[in-house]
Order: sequence, then C-alpha cells, then structure tokens
Amino acid sequence: MKVRLPFRHQQAQESPYSIVVKDLTKCFGDFTAVNHISFEVRKGEIFGFLGANGAGKTTAIRMLCSLLQPTSGNATIAGYDLATQPKLIKRHIGYMSQKFSLYDDLTIFENMQLFGTIYGIPRKELKDRIFSRLENLHLADKSKTLVASIPLGWKQKLAFATAMLHRPDIVFLDEPTSGVDPIVRREFWNLIYEAASHGVTIFVTTHYMDEAEYCGRISIMSHGELKLIGTPTELKEQMQVDSIEKVFVKYVVR
Amino acid sequence: MAVISVHDIIKSYGHIRALKGVSFDVEEGEVFGVVGPDGAGKSTLFNILTTLLLPDSGTATVLGRDLFKEYLEIRKNIGYLPGTFSLYPDLTVEENLIFFATMYQSSIRENMSIIKPIWQQLMPFKKRPAGKLSGGMKQKLALCCALIHKPTLLFLDEPTTGVDPVSRKEFWEILGTIKTQGITVVVSTPYMDEATLCDRIALLQEGTFIRMDTPPNIISSFKGELVTLRTDDIFKLLRKMADCPLNCTFYPYGENLHVIFYDPIATILPQFEEFLQQNDIAYDNLMQISPTIEDCFIEIAGSTHP
Repeated sequence: MKVRLPFRHQQAQESPYSIVVKDLTKCFGDFTAVNHISFEVRKGEIFGFLGANGAGKTTAIRMLCSLLQPTSGNATIAGYDLATQPKLIKRHIGYMSQKFSLYDDLTIFENMQLFGTIYGIPRKELKDRIFSRLENLHLADKSKTLVASIPLGWKQKLAFATAMLHRPDIVFLDEPTSGVDPIVRREFWNLIYEAASHGVTIFVTTHYMDEAEYCGRISIMSHGELKLIGTPTELKEQMQVDSIEKVFVKYVVR
Repeated sequence: MAVISVHDIIKSYGHIRALKGVSFDVEEGEVFGVVGPDGAGKSTLFNILTTLLLPDSGTATVLGRDLFKEYLEIRKNIGYLPGTFSLYPDLTVEENLIFFATMYQSSIRENMSIIKPIWQQLMPFKKRPAGKLSGGMKQKLALCCALIHKPTLLFLDEPTTGVDPVSRKEFWEILGTIKTQGITVVVSTPYMDEATLCDRIALLQEGTFIRMDTPPNIISSFKGELVTLRTDDIFKLLRKMADCPLNCTFYPYGENLHVIFYDPIATILPQFEEFLQQNDIAYDNLMQISPTIEDCFIEIAGSTHP
C-alpha cells in the first residue's frame, strides 16, 4: 500500500478498465440477440467470452469493435466512447476472426505490410516491427513465402501477429484456435500470455473448454444474456463441479 | 468382413502432398474416427472414399465394391455429411429432407424409424428455412438428410467443428443410436476428447496416420510418465520450466500443467519437486495421472512436430 500512495491521484484519473459495458442491447426486428449485458474487463486481463452457438457472442463482439450499432446501452472501449468515438476505438483495438483473414496470394511480409499501412504505421518503422514479430515467431526467413503455402498453425500465429502490429490496447480473438492441433493451440496461447504480460487486454472466444481455464476471468452467454462471470475457480466452486466444461453444460442446459 | 479397405492412397494438389500413402480397414458396425487438425488431409480422404475425388495412386474397396469401377453402386449405399453446410438454405427443413429422400428414390415415411430421435427435435422448426437454423440444428438436419435413404455406411466430415460443447455432446449421443442400428460410421474431428467415443481411431497428421488403434490401446502405449500439478500463475511456471534441467515435455492442460517424464517416476519426482521449490513456485495437486488422447497426441506428434 505504501508504495502505491503517491500514485493515487494518477490512478483515480486513469481507469483500470479497458472495457466497460453498460446495458448493451441489440435487436434484429423482434429478436433480441443481446439483452442488456454489462461487465468490465481490466487492462491486461485475459477475458474468455463463452456461450452456446447462437447465444449472441458474435453480435456482442461486433458491437464492441464498433462494427455494429447497438439498439441501446453503451460501452467504453480502450477509454473511448462507443457511441461518439467509434473511429478512435477501431484504431486502438486489434481483431482476429475464426476464419483466416490474411490474403493467400500475398507473401507473409506483404500481408503484414498491407495491414500495417492501413493502420498508418510509418514505412520504416513498419518494416522493423514486422521483422521483430517474425523473429519472435521464427518465421523471419519465410517472409517471402506465399501465405497460401504455409500450414494452418503458422497462419493463425501470423494472423495474431498481424492483428498486434499497430500495438492495440485490446485484441479481440474470435475462436482463434478452431481446428488447430493441440500443440499449436498451446503455442498460440503462449503468444496470448505474452501479449497480456505486456499489458494488452485479451478478449477471446473459444469452444475448447480447456482453453477457458487459461483465462483470468470468463463469462458465459446464453440466449443473449450474460449472467455468469468470474474466475474459472470461482465458477467451478459456485456450480460445485470440477471443470469449466461441466459449468458450461450445467449452465447452458438449464 | 471389412466395410472399407484402403491400400496406400496418395493424393497431391500441385506440390502439396495431402495424403502420403494411407492404408486401413474399417470393420462392420464400427465407429471409426479420423482425428487430426485442419490441413492434415481429413477432407481429402473423405472425398476420395465417397467417390468425389480420384487419388493419384492406391486402391480401395468400399462396401466390397471397387472405388473406381463401381463408384455408382457405392454412392447409392453410403451417406455423407460434408464438412461445409451443404443443404439448401432457402428450402425449409422439411423440404430439404423430402428433396434428399426423393433423390434416392425413397420417402420420409419409409425410413422414418432411422431418423426419428433426431427428427423429433427438428419438428418444431420444420417450416423454417434451413439457412436460418442455429449451428447445432443445421448439423442435425444434415445428419437426417444423410440418413434418409438408409445407408449402411455413413461418412461424417467434422460434424462438430465450431459447435458448442452441449450440442457436441448431443450429436455424439445421436451417433450412439445410429451405431445400434448396425450402420458403420466413419467420422472426422479436430477435438481430441471426441476420440475416446470412437471404437477405433487414426491420428492423422500431415497426410500420414501417425497411430491407429483403439483409444484404450493408444492410452496404454503412452511411453512417458505423466504428472500434473496446479499453480496460480501458469505463465510464470511455463517460463521457469523452460530452464528445467530434467528430461521432460511440458504443456498447459486446462488449469493444470502436464509434464511428461521419460525416466522412472520414483527417482524423477523428488528432483522435480526440488526444482519447483528452488524456483519459488507455489503449487498443489502434484500427482501422477493416466494420459488422455490429447496427451497421447502431444507425445506422438510432438516428436515429429515442425
């Protein structure tokens, strides 16, 4: 506590949260896809966003990324207001979808250059950043390889590195490890941990329940509502079961 | 008698070798699982066995018929659920089923007994366009359409990929009832936990079967000694483990860390505990456990992984 005191004033000004969601709702006609959800995610937290197919996860993520306008409610993303500052939000977040989102007929370097340029990273700086990322992934000597010809596991890691090029405060990962083998899945989570340890907030969806256990906190959506939220240990204790899979089954079925 | 018999099937796309010589038999009434990640060659194998794609070389019989000469006969007697949603999105649930029944010169009524447990779940939605169903429901409809002509052999290409854990469980329960009707099932999946639900599995990686056996046999042939432990900061532990002088393989497994040792457990475990203490790692639940299929895949594939 003593160490913290001098910083109190500064902390009061700067929110400890990178995502604050209040009563966010989205209706399509008379169907309510997302129904008054509210939650906060701390900076540098790995936040797992789980739910059954059709529970409203993708709709919620699209709103948080300011790609879809909410029917009501609001959110603050990376310190910016969803309703009034959507462009600033887009600049400060990264996004990786479950479907591989790089261009097959461009090389690894060209893909990263394209996305980096879109985010306005200066050319010289961009080249340095790309090569330092590729070094990390042990892919530096493959920079001129066409993306079409590299294995899926590499592609997913590359897509993550690309989503991180502009140094976003938050990165949204929509089923990043779907269909990937158990070894590559773990390598991918290593990248996630590393990013989080540098203060990047991770917002991730997955259908692998063992991966849910890797998250700092998780939430489970069902029928557009978000009622269950907590650390994996808390949720298991609350539901009196020994795995997140059982929490999920118990919660979604009832 | 083998329902499927495959000898040395090879298939390349340009210079990408999708299948590098695959051989196996599937027995009648078996649930045979092809387990492997995306890009391993699962769909290529399924497309070949369902006579939709010609291999570069190799031979095979399906239902006792030659894959090349008698492909029309094969098609009449197999059911196939492809990896991508392939029903008509703007036909209703019921219309899709009628369409497929008619294509095989059958009718819904004739074979209702086979699909009844699944069809009952779909009944409330029968007037809904197939494209507007949820992921789990789409797969159930696709399964009905693949079964409506009463095939004796069913191919399911990743029926549960991207499907949530509850719907996945339901789908496997349905497969159990299909098996009791004497239908042989060949199913592919990237989920290792589903492997234990098959009678026999083949682990496919980069176009090669790296192991083929019953799940219990695969588990009992695990070579190392598997140890689990729990800690609050798994990332910190992973970093420390990188400097661990002991001969081992380690990886996170849910909330735990799994460590495979290759030396006798009695001598290695005290050394491991000493290492943890030296590095100030708080842990609990340290114990030896028997491996899952996922542990086996990591052990087998880990040695050949790029």
